[in-house]
Amino acid sequence: MTSSAHAAHLAELNVATLRYPLDDPRMAPFVEMLDPVNAAADTAPGFVWRLVEEGTADATGLRPAGEDVIVNLTVWETQEALWDFTYRSGHLEVMRRRREWFERHVEAHMVLWWVPAGHLPTVGEALERLADLRAHGPSPRAFTFASSYTAVEAAQHLQAVRPEQTARSERPTPAGDAAAV
Amino acid sequence: MKDIEAIAALQDPVRRRLYEYVAAQGREVGRNEAAEATGVARTLAAHHLDRLTEAGLLESGSRRLSGRSGPGAGRPAKVYTRARAERAVSLPARDYRTAAELLAEAAEQAGLDAGLYAAARRRGEALRGSVAPCGGLEEAMEVLAARGYEPRLEGAEGVDGAEPARAGACVVRMRNCPFHAVAERFPPLVCGMNLALLEGLLGTDGPVRARMEARPGECCVVVEAASKNNED
Repeated sequence: MTSSAHAAHLAELNVATLRYPLDDPRMAPFVEMLDPVNAAADTAPGFVWRLVEEGTADATGLRPAGEDVIVNLTVWETQEALWDFTYRSGHLEVMRRRREWFERHVEAHMVLWWVPAGHLPTVGEALERLADLRAHGPSPRAFTFASSYTAVEAAQHLQAVRPEQTARSERPTPAGDAAAV
Repeated sequence: MKDIEAIAALQDPVRRRLYEYVAAQGREVGRNEAAEATGVARTLAAHHLDRLTEAGLLESGSRRLSGRSGPGAGRPAKVYTRARAERAVSLPARDYRTAAELLAEAAEQAGLDAGLYAAARRRGEALRGSVAPCGGLEEAMEVLAARGYEPRLEGAEGVDGAEPARAGACVVRMRNCPFHAVAERFPPLVCGMNLALLEGLLGTDGPVRARMEARPGECCVVVEAASKNNED
């Protein structure tokens, strides 16, 4: 890896629409998994940061994308570290049972983008990236696991085009990512 | 090298024994160890191990097996592991992988998880071919091995090769995911399908049970004695 790649971290946002309120008994298995899975994230290789509501253990009380939409905003050292945590840890069990607890999303529900190491993304910034992905498909500004870009590609993209002049990609979102969770 | 040529390299019985031994260890294997395990001379083993590497079935590297390093540690020894690439030959040509990926993509988009899990559970039960659930971990290991999962018994502490204190303290972990390529593309869907298949295959009300415990580089399911950590 080059030094410029080391200077970048991968940010991730995913949104999930609750089928029932969090205090509904049908959500209890999910709520019980929150603490252990978050604890696993905190100690996972390559984990940098996750959004937590002040005075609580997680971000489930924040509803910046809608009353019944919970958000998960994290930062990782590499895409591999995020993938391994998402799909090769106790988190996979939450994903496996997603249909019991969350509505199926027609649009992209997860977005990845590179941030300078040390930068902690805001919720507003994260929702902008998700909107970018939904509107324009994957690009070095906002992408998915199945359509990923390296930090170097993202940096070159930023140098090549100023954001307002960016040629909008017409590529559709690969289906593999669009419906997960 | 084409798949058919790589696979043809295994026709030699010595070469095949060496390949199967290295593949079964799940770690780097040196020439001496491979020769001893398969009962052939070291030079012959070295020759065939290198042929397997040329064929793309093994990967080789060098490692100081003594654990020493620095001056006086001696020359690094050549070590071998199974190559990650998949090899398959179908005559006549068939392409079930593309079919599997397309079906998985459609199921993912439509949110068909529950229907897929139900079908996988039924298939597992049909494959079991018996009303009685799997009788124990040893039987489970045989069933899983026959389906290509490469199971191994591991102590509760997760130490490879440790002598387990008692059967209840062990879990069966699986080195190989038979659905690897599709599972990598659609993890929750395909790993959930795999769990349901194994639940059907082993039974959910008998002495063993399958549950999700994903780790990097392995099958996402473990099998253990049902008496401990029983839910509900």
